[in-house]
Amino acid sequence: MKQPMLEMRSITKEFPGVKALADVTLTVHRAEIHAICGENGAGKSTLMKVLSGVYPHGSYEGQIFFEGQEVRFRDIRQSEAAGIVIIHQELALIPELSIAENIFLGNETATRGIISWDKANHRAIELLARVGLMENPLTPVKHLGIGKQQLVEIAKALSKDVRLLILDEPTAALNDDNSQHLLALLKGLQGKGVTSIMISHKLNEIEQIADEITIIRDGRAIETLDISQGAVDEDRIIRGMVGRDLENRFPHHTPSIGEVMFEVRDWTVMHPQDHGRTVIDSANVSVRKGEIVGIAGLMGAGRTELARSIFGRSYGSRIEGTMTFNGKEIHLKSVSAAIDAGIAYLTEDRKSLGLNLIDDIKTSISSAGLHKLVKGVIVDERQEVTVAQGFRKDMNIKAPSVEAGVAKLSGGNQQKVVLSKWMFTDPQLLILDEPTRGIDVGAKFEIYGIIQRLADQGRGVIVISSELPELLGLCDRIYTLAEGRVTREFTREDADQESLMRYMTTHKR
Amino acid sequence: MESLRKALQGNVRQYGMVIALATIVILFQIWTEGVLLRPLNMTNLMTQNSYILILAIGMVIVIIARHIDLSVGSVAAFTGAVAAILMTRYDMPWFIAVILCLALGAAIGAWHGFWVAYVGIPAFIVTLSSMLLFRGLTLVVLDGATVGGLPEPFEAMGNGFLPELGPDTGLHNLTLLLGLLMSAVLVYLEVRKRASSLRYNFEVLPMPAFLVKLVLLVAVVMVFVFLLAQYRGLPIVGLILFVLIGIYGFIMQRTVIGRHVYSIGGNVDAATMSGVKTRKVDFLVMTNMGMLAALAGMVFAARLTAANPKAGVNFELDAIAAAFIGGAAVTGGVGTVVGAIIGGFVMGVLNNGMSLVGIEVDWQQVIKGLVLLLAVAFDVWNKKRTAVGGGAGADTRETPPPPDDLLAEIEHERSASTRAAPTGGKV
Repeated sequence: MKQPMLEMRSITKEFPGVKALADVTLTVHRAEIHAICGENGAGKSTLMKVLSGVYPHGSYEGQIFFEGQEVRFRDIRQSEAAGIVIIHQELALIPELSIAENIFLGNETATRGIISWDKANHRAIELLARVGLMENPLTPVKHLGIGKQQLVEIAKALSKDVRLLILDEPTAALNDDNSQHLLALLKGLQGKGVTSIMISHKLNEIEQIADEITIIRDGRAIETLDISQGAVDEDRIIRGMVGRDLENRFPHHTPSIGEVMFEVRDWTVMHPQDHGRTVIDSANVSVRKGEIVGIAGLMGAGRTELARSIFGRSYGSRIEGTMTFNGKEIHLKSVSAAIDAGIAYLTEDRKSLGLNLIDDIKTSISSAGLHKLVKGVIVDERQEVTVAQGFRKDMNIKAPSVEAGVAKLSGGNQQKVVLSKWMFTDPQLLILDEPTRGIDVGAKFEIYGIIQRLADQGRGVIVISSELPELLGLCDRIYTLAEGRVTREFTREDADQESLMRYMTTHKR
Repeated sequence: MESLRKALQGNVRQYGMVIALATIVILFQIWTEGVLLRPLNMTNLMTQNSYILILAIGMVIVIIARHIDLSVGSVAAFTGAVAAILMTRYDMPWFIAVILCLALGAAIGAWHGFWVAYVGIPAFIVTLSSMLLFRGLTLVVLDGATVGGLPEPFEAMGNGFLPELGPDTGLHNLTLLLGLLMSAVLVYLEVRKRASSLRYNFEVLPMPAFLVKLVLLVAVVMVFVFLLAQYRGLPIVGLILFVLIGIYGFIMQRTVIGRHVYSIGGNVDAATMSGVKTRKVDFLVMTNMGMLAALAGMVFAARLTAANPKAGVNFELDAIAAAFIGGAAVTGGVGTVVGAIIGGFVMGVLNNGMSLVGIEVDWQQVIKGLVLLLAVAFDVWNKKRTAVGGGAGADTRETPPPPDDLLAEIEHERSASTRAAPTGGKV
């Protein structure tokens, strides 16, 4: 008989004017991996904040029972003391501090206020071994890749004698190798009695490791699926999340492709600081009118670097090679030159590179094409509002008005704002770097439709994505990139996940 | 009335400072038994604070662009000194000296801009260096002594008044005329804005409320003008100030360069990736500050009728305080020129009022320090209060309201937007 380790009963959490959680009940059994799925804004994170004491007892209705006893956490410290540790999507490590210092931050092994670093480092080595990270604990965290940083976070959780580990989108920023390692680690911890709650958009991973899945939609727990009972596949989960069947996760689309409009040849880019290191090695990439071209590659393959070096040399040094745009060779020396030439680049990192989070929707949309709104020397603010309202309608941006702050929008709606911003510059070529990262299924579908619409208008589109099914479903042609080199070019017909992955992992001899 | 209440509610940040200023004015008006708003004192209030207000205009722009300028006091002293030397020792015509020194200030600002924008040294360090550097150079230029005997037209920049016109009415005619002109311009701008809003089908204040607003606006301007006209009219420096507020307010709200300043302050990386030439903007912002510092320095020298090696000490702190009291954010991206001016007047009225009621200088410092802290604390508190729910909670509010409410919301939020200060409206 499975024992419940955690029971959240009838949790209701209201913000002024908004009911974020309505009567949610969640039961997690001992030593299981429990997945929570739902669209962005469904209330997953709010539920976890209630559980971990970020929203203290009294600010919500309902009861929480942990290991059979009712708990009333006032803050995160109390929930951690009880053994509940939450690892957020945005990692909370301090880059300048060492691995060991990060692990014991706020939990220092000190006697009378004096830290014994020998003891701390020794313990850090033990903890790192448990998560399978072979690094010197004195290494500053900034020297680690994002995958290893994630492992440091888990080691930090283990140092607090974690009994219930909550992971918010743990693999969102990881490549497949690192994700698999992390999932195996969770399984291993499960074997040692650690219970985990995992919030994730990656349904295949959930299917792979979760024992039970709770689906949250619009602040309500819709259902809990037991994977061991079988008959739970991705489509089943998606149905629960969006409340409708998605027959085809990609909108139907017949491409109409014209002549070559954009091409780079022998494109070679050196590292911006280390001029001797080749980041992109003689890449040849072309895009035709109306074509959606995919770029597949693991993290560190140079996908973003390639895109940014094309986009007005906003990355790299000593860039060599030729760039041809509409039959003419062009040299773009700055981002504004690239925008003027008709290129748009949607950044991978929406929050730190794509948006000014203190801005509102209309200002964000006009920010890259502001000169189009200028009358004399004045920015025509009426026109700006009209433009923004047009995009809000076209792109189905869900917000009370175009004056709403972008920081409060969900990921999908933020992405639509950024897409609008670039469409307002009326680009010929759009480079979309991870356009659906951290976006829920429903919004993804809409964004796919927008991308196809852009291509149908005769624009060229380059899509960079870590999700192979996305590239396969969307693109007419796919390049694989490994260690800065284009290893192969696939047409839609002869590409599948296995062959793509093979060429993404082709290494130099 | 409903929409008026809503407009006020959503606008605490903008109106908050105006209300705070009004409260302070009324308090001291009572406390000083009416001395504060006497024509002479009003005139003094304006001339005494003019150089700080000029600096505050440049400073708030620097702060919006996420920088700081600690050198303005020293730069003001230096350029004031150079101007005095040029006019007294080299007999240079005053207007050529003024133009040369404005250029000198811009060059000093460009020097800061070069290090900040193109080398990447934090503005704090660069301008801290200049704070020492130009204080030293001021002493060198003046040889440690005060240089007086400045030409009269130059001194008028600090002490002069607009000339009198027409018959003797007991009031200053030209000032009254300018006041009427300004009222007319304000009314025209408001009416045009309303017409344009109506054309776009945005919600506007209902006619009676709109009329009340116009009457209030004109009344404030005319009372102010009337008070000044009872003494010697509008000081020349007041005219300089109004022109600057108009120009810079306009640039920051309505032009591309202004937008770019806000965008690099909000998120410099996102601005770069949107094609904003961030280095150029940083460079221009620092250059402009240098030029305004030179102007402030000359106004100060003109007011003292001499260049003094100790001039401009602590000016930078007053200007920074004015910007923050006026609602600028330490992290950049937020603030208005009009806000900084109001912030400057809050400090100015406190200074003046406390002196009038005989509070000693040491206690004045204590009170001003606390006011700065309280003003920013109020702002932080207000921001937290208005950020209802936030995060995932606000995400769930995805169903758009029906069109009517929507338009109401747009108009209301338009005016509530932290930077939507109409350039002419609040002057």
